[in-house]
Amino acid sequence: MSDHAGPSILPAEMRSASLRGYIFGFAGSIVLTVAAYLLVIGHASTNGGLLPALVLLAMVQFAVQLVFFLHLNTRTQQRWRLHMLGAMVIVVLILVIGSLWIMGNLNARMTPAQKQQYMSAQGGL
Amino acid sequence: MSAAELAAGGHADARDIEVDAKAIFGFWVYLMTDCVLFAGLFATYAVLRDNTFGGPAGYQIFNMPEVLVETLVLLMSSFTYGLGVLAARGNREAQVLGWFAATFVLGLVFLSIEVPDFHSLVTQGNSWTRSGFLSAYFTLVGTHGLHITIGLLWMAVLVVRVRRTGLTRGNVRRLTLLSLFWHFLDLVWIFIFTIVYLMGAARV
Repeated sequence: MSDHAGPSILPAEMRSASLRGYIFGFAGSIVLTVAAYLLVIGHASTNGGLLPALVLLAMVQFAVQLVFFLHLNTRTQQRWRLHMLGAMVIVVLILVIGSLWIMGNLNARMTPAQKQQYMSAQGGL
Repeated sequence: MSAAELAAGGHADARDIEVDAKAIFGFWVYLMTDCVLFAGLFATYAVLRDNTFGGPAGYQIFNMPEVLVETLVLLMSSFTYGLGVLAARGNREAQVLGWFAATFVLGLVFLSIEVPDFHSLVTQGNSWTRSGFLSAYFTLVGTHGLHITIGLLWMAVLVVRVRRTGLTRGNVRRLTLLSLFWHFLDLVWIFIFTIVYLMGAARV
């Protein structure tokens, strides 16, 4: 059977898979990974904007891999996958930001004396 | 083949497409819930990151060149799996098996960096019992490593199936689901790489 023998047995969701797409996703991810790595290794000069830069590079790589590796797009049959992704992102943000907020707040309310008492009660330091 | 089967053949393709769509969407729902599992572990890590309890902090124990190699190996394995998907579309069975083997080896290389790394941390007295930071670190990165291990087992099973029954519609469907799983693990690793390793090493 050749490449052109009737409809592909690959599920319709994967039809947008292409060699160009995989090469672009692969090369793009490598560039973004190495850029973030070099930023951190030489971070003395760029300390100010390092955190936002790392977050941005990660988000771009996330998007690149979603499109070129997981073949997510806005075609009708893919809509529900996008909706699920949106719901997941909301849950993840609530979970992570909420945890940091609550635990940071509790931490800030703890006096140094309370911390010391807790630490020695746990047998450390 | 009987006339009834021939008549059913016309519908079989439409049914196959529906089964594909349902399987892929169902698996996608699983992946999104797995994201929520990882979100819980990331939240725990973010909260406990600075609670080193007198033990080492991230920048003291992370071997960054090694982490970069792990990242590039995972990326490469995503790429080789993608080439396997393209080979499946062209119905080239030998190539599919070849790319699977390449992906499998790259997955093993990843684990063969991560597992000795964990082992040396434990033997240096920096196991998960040392501090809140290390508990969260081992749980988060270890859960990802466990997923990789499961992915490799799944890949081995799929190789056996493809060798036995060829690139049947069912096998190609399984291959597609595993591709989503494998690329998803790479997605999770972007955030482990950035949040645990890069932010840990840069102390931001």
